[in-house]
Amino acid sequence: MSAGHGGTEDLAARLTGLVQALRGHGLRIGTGETVDAAAALQVLGLAEREYVREGLAAALLRTDRQRAVFDAVFDLYFPLGVGIPHGTRPLDGEPADRAATVADLRERLALALAANDAAATARLAGEAVEALGRYGAAAGPGAGWGPGSGQGGRPGSDGWSAYQTLDRLRPETLLARVLAALRAGGAGRGADGADGFTDRLTEDEIRRRIRAFRAQVGTEARRRVAEVRGTERIAERAVAPTPDRVDFLAAGADQLAELRRTVRPLARKLATRLAARRRRAARGRIDLRRTLRRSLSTGGVPLRPAYRRRRPARPEIVLLCDVSGSVAGFANFTMLLVRAMRDQFTKVRVFAFVNRTDEVTRLVAGDTDPAGLGRRILTEAAVAGWHGSSDYGAALGEFAERYPDAVGPRTAVLVLGDARTNGWDPNLPALQRIADRARRVIWLNPEQASLWGTGDSAALAYAGVVDMHACRNARRLGELVGRLLPV
Amino acid sequence: MQHEDGHTVGTGFFTSVDDVLTRLAEAGYLASTAVATTVFLADRLGKPLLVEGPAGVGKTELAKAVARVGAARLVRLQCYEGIDESRALYEWNHAKQLLRITAGRDERWDDARTDIFGEEFLLARPLLTAIRGEEPTVLLIDETDKADVEMEGLLLEVLSDFQVTVPELGTVTASRRPFVLLTSNADRELSEALRRRCLFLHLDFPEAELEQRIVRLQVPGLDAVLAESLVRVVGALRAMELRKPPSVAETVDWARTLLVLGAETLDETVVQDTLGVILKHQDDVLKAAAKLAPA
Repeated sequence: MSAGHGGTEDLAARLTGLVQALRGHGLRIGTGETVDAAAALQVLGLAEREYVREGLAAALLRTDRQRAVFDAVFDLYFPLGVGIPHGTRPLDGEPADRAATVADLRERLALALAANDAAATARLAGEAVEALGRYGAAAGPGAGWGPGSGQGGRPGSDGWSAYQTLDRLRPETLLARVLAALRAGGAGRGADGADGFTDRLTEDEIRRRIRAFRAQVGTEARRRVAEVRGTERIAERAVAPTPDRVDFLAAGADQLAELRRTVRPLARKLATRLAARRRRAARGRIDLRRTLRRSLSTGGVPLRPAYRRRRPARPEIVLLCDVSGSVAGFANFTMLLVRAMRDQFTKVRVFAFVNRTDEVTRLVAGDTDPAGLGRRILTEAAVAGWHGSSDYGAALGEFAERYPDAVGPRTAVLVLGDARTNGWDPNLPALQRIADRARRVIWLNPEQASLWGTGDSAALAYAGVVDMHACRNARRLGELVGRLLPV
Repeated sequence: MQHEDGHTVGTGFFTSVDDVLTRLAEAGYLASTAVATTVFLADRLGKPLLVEGPAGVGKTELAKAVARVGAARLVRLQCYEGIDESRALYEWNHAKQLLRITAGRDERWDDARTDIFGEEFLLARPLLTAIRGEEPTVLLIDETDKADVEMEGLLLEVLSDFQVTVPELGTVTASRRPFVLLTSNADRELSEALRRRCLFLHLDFPEAELEQRIVRLQVPGLDAVLAESLVRVVGALRAMELRKPPSVAETVDWARTLLVLGAETLDETVVQDTLGVILKHQDDVLKAAAKLAPA
């Protein structure tokens, strides 16, 4: 299996290469851990690849979030095999032949999915990438599938594409066939009474298996490209970052969904962090007057200092969110996060705007369907007037006008948005009025600070009035919320 | 690291990863490859093992199983908010010291002083017990994330050098390293320094096939077909976004419930009636019921 790696020298180089690549992805791995990993390799040997994977993961990783990155990088540095898997015939010749290959692969894939045979689907992923995923000069003269393929490909521009493979194979469309195969098998068992109930789960299970297959194809394609172009470059580019480091403004639907799953654990962590700050704050300041009075009984020596008592009031939170197009993902995530932390605050009110402001507390509070939150806000609340682009000035003005009671001396206001006014008046006095009444106003901007003030951004103007912080990913958001919110 | 001399510093319970798999299985704990590999490494390299994962996936159970396999004494330190040195490490038995002083009234102070800070007046708490032990020991530090940050500092000394300093007595070094297993529900992020001293294992819900085997091992009387559909339902529930996804322990509980109820197959009514065994929030129950209802 691991015949590719030569002596100890080579193995050490491979391990340090792996560690370097992981560091490149933002994992903090010290020399100590690398040494541990080497010790683990020594103890485990190289005979079983899965043991090696788990052993290195145990020595190098510190949290579960890093696992996806680790797995992808591990596959690059300790590949399952090198070259073309056995039993694959390279694709050549006529399109009819190719169509036959696709049909054949789909047939076998359906069977493997029905049997839930992970080894078989992994093998098929290899075959599929080999047969369908090749592009560029290497694809050979007959490959006339898409523009840019075939002759004229420069050396280095060829490779394997997971996207192309999946586009041709279309594993999602196998659902019905797999279901049919399963039903046929199930009827043979003659236990239709027993399976009647669980049958309705089958569809979801198949979908999950298909998703796993798609991931396998991705891994396989990366591995092959890595063989051609060198591992380091691929490790840098082709491995997705951990969800909490995905840029809010660039996140796709999948990444946002993954991010939503981190809301609850993050909220729990922040809650403990706030509780710790609250505890510390509670025994913080000395009450000078009471300490002096007490010291009279000990001859003026303040033996027992008296601490200022804190009112046990938790802060109120007002969220004011721009929910227009590009920043909606950021706003929705923050809404869910604050909602999940609601027991930390006396009161949470949420307002959304595009160019008009409306209260959406009730919509956010409904527990069901976090994924559809953004859509529900846009359809059920009056957040946009006669056009659909954001206007911070009008929205802030309307908020200050219509909801003066929302902001008081105990309220922390969080404004979320990129402060791109589309050329309209930023209406600084309105923000100033809100800031005057609130205990604290914090503006979280999903854009990096170097972009503030460019183009139609009024970020710098707003930053002159209130605290503005760049908040590009979930990790940063967690940090800011844990640090800045009053307790 | 302490293993430069070439000799192993580990606990030496196991000989290979496969050995871990088979012997844990004999002890009633079905481990995945990941679990077996990390347990073997922790055993061999003599490093503490930090196990993180949702509640009820068998973190504590793993420590117990390792103790059973290694014929070792299990010393358990349950962490909670506010736990401190005197609960985790050692404490002087003040009452007994006072009695000793009053008993020896005519004694010179120097004699009394050397005497009352002796072994006899030391109350060893779990960490000290585990380190002083001569016999094979498994030290389980449970729910480490519940303890305060100060506690982590204390653990650092204990876990990196396996020694404890008692000012009046001197430094106690482990003559035989315990197998240390820390568990955490990730309620609080543990400090980097502590994580760096441990091997890390994320224990998640098991694969369907493994969970079936667990259910059948724990509830031997259950029908195989029923066990299969049960695990499938639980898998489907975990794939939903629930407030508290069902744990392995709850799967086993459910299996026991069904066995007691004498259910032979899963159907609408049985599931609706017993959903409370696996789901602990009302909104989860409603959500799951909607999902499992006929299309």
